[in-house]
Formats: sequence, C-alpha cells, structure tokens
Amino acid sequence: CIRFILIQNRAGKTRLAKWYMQFDDDEKQKLIEEVHAVVTVRDAKHTNFVEFRNFKIIYRRYAGLYFCICVDVTDNNLAYLEGIHNFVEVLNEYFHNVCELDLVFNFYKVYTVVDEMFLAGEIRETSQTKVLKQLLMLQSLE
Amino acid sequence: MALKIVKGSIDRMFDKNLQDLVRGIRNHKEDEAKYISTCIDEIKQELKQDNIAVKANAVCKLTYLQMLGYDVSWAAFNIVEVMSSSKFTYKRIGYLAASQCFHESTDVIMLTTNQIRKDLSSPNQYDTGVALTGLSCFVTPDLARDLANDIMTLMSHTKPYIRKKAVLIMYKVFLKYPESLRPAFPRLKEKLEDPDPGVQSAAVNVICELARRNPKNYLSLAPLFFKLMTSSTNNWVLIKIIKLFGALTPLEPRLGKKLIEPLTNLIHRKIHIFSSHKMLCSQSHLIVSLSRIAVLISLSSGMPNHSASIQVMKYLGLLAMSKILKTHPKSVQSHKDLILQCLDDKDESIRLRALDLLYGMVSKKNLMEIVKKLMLHVDKAEGTTYRDELLTKIIDICSQSNYQYITNFEWYISILVELTRLEGTRHGHLIASQMLDVAIRVRAIRVFAVAQMATLLDNAHLLTGNMQRMGICEVLYAAAWICGEFSEHLENPMQTLEAMLRPKVATLPGHIQAVYVQNAAKLFATVLKNQEGNTDSTAAQETSQLMIDRLPLFVQSANLEVQERASCILQLVKYIQKLQQKDVEVAEEVCALFAGELNPVAPKAQKKVPVPEGLDLDAWINEPPSESESEDEQPKAIFAKEEPKHSRPRHTEVDEKELARRREARKQEQANNPFYIKASPSSQKAYQEAPGVEHIPVVQIDLSVPLKVPGLPMSDQYVKLEEERRQKERADKKKKEKKKRKEKRSGRGRKHDSGPESEEDITPAHMVDIVTEEMPEVHRSCLNITMNLKGNARTNMISAKVYDIQGNLQDGSQVVVSVIFENKCDSFLKSMEFNVLDSLNSKLQRPEGSGPHDGLTVPFQLPPGVSNEARFVFTVQSIVMPQKLKGTLTFIVKNEDSSTHEKLDFKLHFTCTSYLITTPCYSDAFAKLLESGDLKCSSVRLEGVIMPFHHLLARICFHHHFSVVERIDSCASMYSRSIQGHHVCLLVKTSGQTVSIDAKCDEPTLLGNVLDEIKQTFSQC
Repeated sequence: CIRFILIQNRAGKTRLAKWYMQFDDDEKQKLIEEVHAVVTVRDAKHTNFVEFRNFKIIYRRYAGLYFCICVDVTDNNLAYLEGIHNFVEVLNEYFHNVCELDLVFNFYKVYTVVDEMFLAGEIRETSQTKVLKQLLMLQSLE
Repeated sequence: MALKIVKGSIDRMFDKNLQDLVRGIRNHKEDEAKYISTCIDEIKQELKQDNIAVKANAVCKLTYLQMLGYDVSWAAFNIVEVMSSSKFTYKRIGYLAASQCFHESTDVIMLTTNQIRKDLSSPNQYDTGVALTGLSCFVTPDLARDLANDIMTLMSHTKPYIRKKAVLIMYKVFLKYPESLRPAFPRLKEKLEDPDPGVQSAAVNVICELARRNPKNYLSLAPLFFKLMTSSTNNWVLIKIIKLFGALTPLEPRLGKKLIEPLTNLIHRKIHIFSSHKMLCSQSHLIVSLSRIAVLISLSSGMPNHSASIQVMKYLGLLAMSKILKTHPKSVQSHKDLILQCLDDKDESIRLRALDLLYGMVSKKNLMEIVKKLMLHVDKAEGTTYRDELLTKIIDICSQSNYQYITNFEWYISILVELTRLEGTRHGHLIASQMLDVAIRVRAIRVFAVAQMATLLDNAHLLTGNMQRMGICEVLYAAAWICGEFSEHLENPMQTLEAMLRPKVATLPGHIQAVYVQNAAKLFATVLKNQEGNTDSTAAQETSQLMIDRLPLFVQSANLEVQERASCILQLVKYIQKLQQKDVEVAEEVCALFAGELNPVAPKAQKKVPVPEGLDLDAWINEPPSESESEDEQPKAIFAKEEPKHSRPRHTEVDEKELARRREARKQEQANNPFYIKASPSSQKAYQEAPGVEHIPVVQIDLSVPLKVPGLPMSDQYVKLEEERRQKERADKKKKEKKKRKEKRSGRGRKHDSGPESEEDITPAHMVDIVTEEMPEVHRSCLNITMNLKGNARTNMISAKVYDIQGNLQDGSQVVVSVIFENKCDSFLKSMEFNVLDSLNSKLQRPEGSGPHDGLTVPFQLPPGVSNEARFVFTVQSIVMPQKLKGTLTFIVKNEDSSTHEKLDFKLHFTCTSYLITTPCYSDAFAKLLESGDLKCSSVRLEGVIMPFHHLLARICFHHHFSVVERIDSCASMYSRSIQGHHVCLLVKTSGQTVSIDAKCDEPTLLGNVLDEIKQTFSQC
C-alpha cells in the first residue's frame, strides 16, 4: 500500500505531503529531501520507477512538479502510475487548468482531493466524476 | 468587555490569512526563516483568541508551515479545539491539521476519542467523512479499540460514500487492534457484493492486504473473487484481485488451472495487468507466453515516439522476467541478448534490474560470454557506484554455489587481475579474497595464479600510484601471500623477492606490509633452495645480503606487526648468512620453517573437534597476573592477521626422530578421527600420492603470449580457448559414441547416454575442493554404523562410506544418512544412482512424483581420486529396533574410450544408537525422571574391561551419544534422548574389570537394543 504521497517542485519545495505511515518530523524532512535528490536527477527518458530504501517510488512529472507515490516493493507499478495520472486529471478539472500556484494557495483543497481519492494508503475512488461531485459538495458546505 | 471584543475583531481585520502567508513567504525568499518566525509569533497570538474563526485560520496556516517542515507540535491542543468546532469549515481544518501533525505519541489524541465518536455518528455525512479521513491518519491502538464498533456500524451506512471510507479504515483498525477482525469479517465479506463499485473495490483492497499476511484464511473467498474478476472493469480492482490470487494459488493448485483462461483474456484486453502476474508462477505454459509478451513489450516495439513509456515497459518486462526466472529459467535464458542490451540503457533502474537477471541466468556454457560483456560495461561505466555494483555482480556471478559454473579457472584469475585495473573501486578486499580462495582450493590453478600474482607484484606501482586507488591495494595482500605460499611454482622467484622488498612497499597499509615481510621470508627460503643446488655459493650469499639490506626499512615501520615480523626475520637471515659464510648448507632447514601444506578447512570445522579429556579451557593455567602487568601487554589485535602462521607446524628445534614419530602419531590420529576434515583418510593419501585433479586434460596455454604484459586485458583468449577445448571434447565424445555404437552393434549392449551436449557434459577444466559449512554439525560416528559392501572387484572402483546417520530433531521420524563416495579408480564416474529397497518401517524419501522403486540421483560426478558427500533422508516409523536395508548403487564408469554401467550392492545398517541424540540433563531433572516410575528397568554386565573409568565413559558418550549427568568415584549416571523423545538413563558402575550398567527407559525394546550395542562396542576392544 501507499506509504506517502509527495508533490514537489523542481527546487525541492514541498507542495503536498501526505503520510500514510508514521514518521517523526525529522524523518519526514529527511525523506522529502532524499526523494527530491533521487527523482530530480532523472531525465524524461528514464523509467518512472526508482527503488528507495525498502520501498519504491513511482513518480510522474507534470511541468515543474513531481508527483511521487512511495509504495511497497511488492505493489504494482502501473496501478500507481495510472493512479497519479488520474489524480492529476481530477486536479486539472477541479482547479480548471491547474498550475503550481493553484496548489500553493489552495493547499488544503489539494489535501481534500487526496483524501477523496486515496485513503489509508489505498486507492479509494477512481471515478473522476464521482470525486468531482463530492468535491463540489464539500466546497458548497464552506 | 464588549469593547474588548470589538477591539479584538478590528485587530483581526489585519490578521494574515493563508493567502497572505503564502505570498509573504514567496516575497521573503532571502530571509524566509526569520519571516516565518515572526509569523509563528503572530499565530501564537491568534491562538490565544476566543474567536474560533481566528483560531481555525491560525491552525490552517500552521498546517501549511508544517508541510514546509516547521515544528508545530506545540499547537496540538489548539488543533483539537478547532476539530471540535461545530461548523464544518473549521472542523475540516482541524481534522486536516490533526491528520498531518498527530502521530501515535501525541498525547492529546486521548482527548479526541469522544469528539470523533460524536462526529462519526453525526447526521451530516460530510462530518462523518472528514472524521473518518482524519482518523485513518492518526489512529492509535487505543482509538482503534474504542471506535472499532462505531466504524463497523458505519460499514452498513446508507450512503456509499461513508461505507467506502469505513471499509478502508477498518483495515487500519485491524492493524492496530487485531481482535476486531473476527467480528468485522462477515460484514467485510458482505461488502464484496455491495451494489456500489467503489465500496466493492475498497473491500477488495482490504481483503487483498489482509490475505497477503495470511492467505490460508481467505481461500474460501476464492469463488467470490473469481466472479468479481470476470465482471469488474476497473483496472485497479483487477490488479488487486490478481494479486490476491497470487497469494492463494500456492495453497490451492486447482485454482491456477481455473485462472488460465480468464487471465489470458485479460492480458489480451489490457496489457497493463500483466505486470502484476506474479501469481502465474504455477502455470508454466502461460508463463512462456507471458515471457514472450514481456520481451515483446519491453524490448521491441513498445509505443513509437513515446520513449518514456518504452522505458516503463522495458522496466516492467525485466521485472516480470526476474519473477519468471525463479520458476522457469529456460524460458528467460533464451532472451539473454536482449537482457544484455539493457545493460547499455541510460537508466540505472533498468541496468540494475538487468544485472539481477543475469545473476540467475548464467550456466557453464554462457558464463564466459556474459562476463565478457560485463567487463566491457565495466570499462564504459561512468560513476563509481555503478561500476562497483558491476564488479561485485561479476564476482557474485562467478563465485555462486562454489564456482559451479566456472569451467576454466585460469580465465577467472585473469578476470580478477583485470578487475584490479579498475580505478577507484572500493572492492579490493573482495577481489583479494576471491584470489586467495581460488588459489587455495583449486590446486591445478596454482602455477598460473602464481605467475599472475608475480606480475601483479612486479607492477604494484600501477596499483598504488594514486591515492584514490587505495582500495585496490588490498589485492597486493593476496598477491604477496599466494606468491609466498606457492613459491615453488614461481618461474623467477628472485625477481619477485626483489619486487616485494622495494622501498615503495613501505607506503602500503600496515597489514599488507606484514604479509609482504612474512612472504618475503618464504620466498627467500625457496630462492636459497634453488641456489644451493648450484655449485656457485655466492649467489645464495647475495640473496641473503639483499634481505639484510632491505629488511631494516620494515624494522622501522610504525606498524607493530610489520616491525615485529621484520626484526625477527632479519635476525634469522643474519644467522643464515653467518652459516653460509662457513659453507654450511642451510636451505633445507630454512625451508622447514615453512613446511607443511595448507588445506582448506570448513569454517565450522574447529567446533567439531572434541575437547580432550581433562582439558578445562576456563581454568587458569598460571595464577592470573596482577593488574599492572596486564597493562604492559601488547594489544591483542596485532595478532589478528596471523592465522596462516599459526596453522603451520614449527618443528625446527625438534630432532629428526622425534619429528618422524610425531608425524606418524598424527597420521594415526587423523586416520582414526572421524572429525578430521578430510572425510576419508584414503582420499587424503590419494591427493598426495596420485594427484587426481591434475590429470584432467587442459589445453596447455602458451605462456609466452601476452600474460607477462601488464595492462592488457587477456581474459578474452580464454573464451576462445574454452571453445576449442569444448569442441575437442565434443569431437572426442563423438568418436567415443561412434565406437560405442559399433560395440552395440556387435552385441555387447552397453548403456550410455547420447544426444546433444547437455549442461553436465561440459567437464570443468579444474575442480574445486568443496568445503562448505554445510557439514553436519552434531555428533557422528562411523564406527558403529557400517555399510556392508558386497561387491568384489568393483569395490576397487568406488568406496561408499556411511559417514553419519543422524536423527532429525524437528521431525521425529526422519533420519539423515550422509554417505561419502570416493572414486578409487582412474576413470570418471558419473550418473550415480542410489537406491534402497524400502522396508515396512523405513523408507527412503524420494522427490515427489517418483515411484517407490526409483533411485535417487547422486547430485555430483566423481573424477578419479575425488570424494564427495551426499545425503539421503529416510523416514522411519519405529525406532526401537535396529534396521538393515538392502540397496544398490548404480553408476557409469567413463574411460578414455568406453564407458560401462556398473552396479554395487550394499547393506545399510541403522543401529538404535543412531536414533539417540546427545542431550544434556541436570541431576535434579534426572532424579525426577527416575522417580517418575514410568521407566522400565534393564541391566547388563561387561566382563574383562581393562580401561580407566573416564575412558569408558568417554567411549559411551562418543559412540552412543550419551552425556554424563553426574559422576561419583567409580559410578556415573548418564542420559540420552531418542529422536522420538524416549528418555534413556544409565547408571554405570565399575569394580575391577567388571562393569555393570543399569539402565532405564520408557521403551524396553529400544533399551535392550541400545544395551546390546554398547556391549558390542566393548567386546570389540
């Protein structure tokens, strides 16, 4: 299952960090830096999978942002690669042409999107229409 | 009061909201930390307000800061406050903050239990949802226990949105509070058939994760999943289901067959899924087709103009293949070239995967080719990490399972030598240990290895020239040792000696210098011996002079060990020089310093040597020295590297007679000692007298070719040579076969196997002495168990000796018999089959699928003079009676020009003693056992035993696996236990030459037989 989800920009600034495993704060920071070091050196011709400690990272780059999911080595790579893309498509729909600043200024909304799609380290909902409907409902409550 | 509130809210108008904070941080790039610390101060002020909106805003900002890596744990209580707000907007902020900041050790979590319970049962589904989401992140065992029931009720909530979440969270709850699994399981199972696909997929996810931990319990759900797999269209769910089946198929083979069809359909429909096909391992033909798909996708077409996805496919293809490799190596081996291509890939992930695959793919045939390719990559590789990885992989590949795949060790040595030219590798010690290992264990290679090492020593400046290459100078350690130890093979020992004594050597690390000094002395001995043969005595004196000139350099060394060895050897050489000047022949005596052959010893061998009677290693030999004295002692670490020195006999001051006597005694002892590493005494003799290994045909290599040229890769030629050798062998074989066919036609009808060249038929050019730690550990005896060989002339060809019969402690009905086969004739023995006629009580364990009369293939072949050990497992039902089993050993004798099929009958004798296992017992436990009254009595008297009492006891302990519980004067109690748990107690008394043994055991038949065996042991002596 998923250990954590990270969105980082090229400079290594965290745009989202969702942890499904318990780490203490220092450890989290260390992980973020390590992931950044591992992922950014790879160019577009490389695979989307990197081994990382006892886990593996599945990542995908959209413009200047790296979407990384850290999973167990026994997990299916493609499922999560597609999961990332699904997630980005939802973000794009929700923010209407999403860009990095959308994520920065609405970071709590991004967390909501993550929570709608992933839960407890598992992919929870994959239907984009359902997720978007829920998100709009939630927004209307505010 | 009112004024204060108004004033407060006016102030608040100037508060930063989240947007301001984010913008502020972006505008203060230079002094971000400072800016944030002011922000945190503001937030602290805001948190002190009563206004919940202000607090929520502050918490929201804190969450953002937390994401950036700032510590906000101090605000935990405020977060709880915001969580308990009744307004959804604030509640959501609170839960978000909690899910990001809280962890198991956060103490305020305890305060949240009731709040969460209230939210879970809220009529508003979004309140419930947000609480569930938050809970999934910070659930603790306490929370799980308290809330498990609430969440379980939510699993049948009317809204699928909640059901879905509740199902997934249950997984977290199970992890933290496993007791909840049992009551929740029926409901979870029900959710697999939920009308909402989201809930279904959540349930699949949870069950899949649970099943990975303990698949057995979920086997009953298989039909349900089968239905889901054929009906579901969601890729993510399908992947999970296939994964679940992957865990289930090993438990239920029938499932695999059923799955083939739907899976193949799926593969055709969605290529995606194939990468999760791990489970298919049980389905061979599907695998073959899959591996084709894998290769197809990963390496050839992929998707044009979209390089990234080709890479993804490549990676997955390799991953899939490494899975297939484990079960169906053949189907992967055919794709070797494609995998080798992957080594050129730009992406390290792909290269590493490919390397992993290669490790499993090598065979005797393709090893050289693969390693050659790898060597090319080593040269090309950028970055030391990858190069080091390659280096270790090469060595791993070559050395795996006792150099199983290496057919030509000269080639391997040259590969190792080439590897030393790598720049900046850290693995010098690895190469060094390989060199030592090969040189010690493969006799036939020593001449060649020594020549290579001498070249290395000569060119040591190439290795040490550069500080970066310090790692590699470890190799010189091995080189110096090999040259010194096997110096008789050196072509020009004088030159090597000079190379070892160069002043430059002093820059090497201490432990290497120490080896240099020691081995220079060995070389010196060899040189002297050569030179004294000549009439000219000045040459010998010059050599001594060289030693005396150069050694002082080492005497000054800062390293204690170097210093010590050097000064010791220096004095020795000075003394020798004195003798030389008096024209005394000294070479013989100097050589005696280093006489004796080093044999490889299994790592655990020492443990098997019994501690001699009366030796107490814990007792002080002298009174312990006083504190102050012990401080003066030199640190122990100095001697750490000295093992080779210890193991060498030093008999210099003993006169010749004494020496001969001792040697004789030692030989005697070795021959009688079953613990001696050379499993059968005659095999050792065979080594010394008729070196069997060297007789294996090897194509002679013209040593004048480039071997002497440093810096030139030369392993390539071996590939060619090996080819030639094999071709020659093949031609020989064909000749032989023709001959055989002729013979067959002439009606002699000898058995032989023809057909294409198989893996086993490639005879290795060198054999390895295989000494592993796998040798049986516990007591063994070969005296009371014998295999009666009935053959006549044929016994001269092979000897099979039962080496050990040993019960299996874990399984009371298993007995492991170790047999040593030794080839005593000059022919090659192969295709040995061991078969035993099963009795009602004892059965030879055969692999699954073979009939009750099939023989077991002995997993090795025997070149002339070689012996090896094989183990056979027997299942025994009753252990109370001794057993004799009849058996046959069939084998093929391969001569230069013919081969014959031979048969050898034997009897295998299981004594009752072999079912006993030495088990220590304390005297109080022993007394209790005797008192219990469950034991039957029996006794025996032995007359005319002339031996000290402690010898008698030792003999019983050794031959019959007993241990002494207590000994008082001429009376002792002993104990042992059978593999099926019978207790055997002995009371041994002696008076004069009569020994009486009173015995008790809970199985009278067993006891009677054991006593008979003991009696027999003593009647023999």
